[in-house]
Amino acid sequence: MKGIFKVTTRTIVAAGLGAALFALLFMFVKIPSPVPGTYIQTAYGLAGFFGVLFGPIAAGLMAFIGHAISDAVQYGSPWWSWVISSGVAGFIYGFAFLRTRVEEGIFGWKDILTYNIIQIIGNAIAWLFLAPVLDIVIYAEPANKVFAQGAMAFGSNAVVAGVVGTLLLVAYAATRTRKGSLNKKS
Amino acid sequence: MKTKLFSYNYENTVIHNLSGLIKFICFLLLTFATMYTYDIRVTLGMLVFSVIILRISRIKFSQIKVMLIYVLIFILINAIFTFFFAPEHGVTLYGTRHPLLKLWGKFSLTQEQLLYQVTLAFKYLSVVPLGIIFLLTTNPSEFASSVSAVGVPYKASFAISLTLRYFPDILRVYNDISQAQQARGLEMSIKAKMKERVKNSLMIIIPLIFSTLERIEVVTNAMDLRGFGKEKRRTWYCKQKPRPADFYALGVSLVVTLAVAAVAAFLNHGRYFNPFI
Repeated sequence: MKGIFKVTTRTIVAAGLGAALFALLFMFVKIPSPVPGTYIQTAYGLAGFFGVLFGPIAAGLMAFIGHAISDAVQYGSPWWSWVISSGVAGFIYGFAFLRTRVEEGIFGWKDILTYNIIQIIGNAIAWLFLAPVLDIVIYAEPANKVFAQGAMAFGSNAVVAGVVGTLLLVAYAATRTRKGSLNKKS
Repeated sequence: MKTKLFSYNYENTVIHNLSGLIKFICFLLLTFATMYTYDIRVTLGMLVFSVIILRISRIKFSQIKVMLIYVLIFILINAIFTFFFAPEHGVTLYGTRHPLLKLWGKFSLTQEQLLYQVTLAFKYLSVVPLGIIFLLTTNPSEFASSVSAVGVPYKASFAISLTLRYFPDILRVYNDISQAQQARGLEMSIKAKMKERVKNSLMIIIPLIFSTLERIEVVTNAMDLRGFGKEKRRTWYCKQKPRPADFYALGVSLVVTLAVAAVAAFLNHGRYFNPFI
């Protein structure tokens, strides 16, 4: 377990640069959804991708900072309950770190399954539980409204983290050199 | 697409000259106070207070116009949502029911709901100027040192600093890729089908992400070579020593926060101002 929580320079740089990327996607690369005022955020696919590549600390920090910055730029002030939930979701995505063979250039069905199970657990904890509860505690919003919003966020974020995240991971795996791809000619 | 992000311009005002650390603490204190209270009188007071600070820091209306529009749209949508999901939330909060207007079906407007929703809207509105002031008057480089000074581990603070530095770069790269792809006929607007739009946005973000991955390697090596993270503590290049003005600002924020807390504790006996009992 120690392995995935190790903080190296790479973790910090990945978190910092990832957060900038996350904020950018959060602001500009969102897909208008049928429900007015809500967007399908491709940024969560990126958070899943970074989670698998750099671990929970990097992905958690990245989603937290990225979401806070994009909120601050757009609305003047971060919406703390959802910013914290984003951070937690990213952190949990990171549990897929070192559990897949993506760095060896393989991202097969087994790895896709591992990543997606972890990703769905992360989204469920963040959006079905944490975000609504924090909304009620911090902002005293009505419970059924925030749980409905949470359920909507869970659905769209789980799909995005699943589809975009998996596609990115497959594309990334293709750029890695496979382990044992070189053979000595006998 | 040309958003003025972090358009930090130095101006010689009291607010600009405050040290980043003090400004950050004041920002946290005042935001906390505004979020905590559910008293419309306090909220309006906070709004007036933050607008005065906005004037003192000489922030022009044109700088915050876009943000303001976003916020107003958000508040409006949120208010509609709140009403449709919980038209009786005010009644449960305040414990009394004074019907004001009969709408259709089970929906009717009560005085309690009206007070709750108006308070909520102003509450969200009054946090905004504080955030804007902090964003537009703080040197981004100084921000990381302030965050680290309030107790956040310096490695996490450094990640924030990296984000702020890398953001303008990435915005430029993104615009380049986006325009290049659109010139090749990529449709991103509402005209394209849902599935097309998802696929097309991937065509933009994949090159962007892979160029970022490369840059992560470069920056990591550069920082490792300079010995980043070898010590438990670090010093910051942009760190100001507190000056008398900083203590006054801190004093004012503390007084305001304590006043809000006092109103809640002694006048309202809780978070909510309840005129109905």
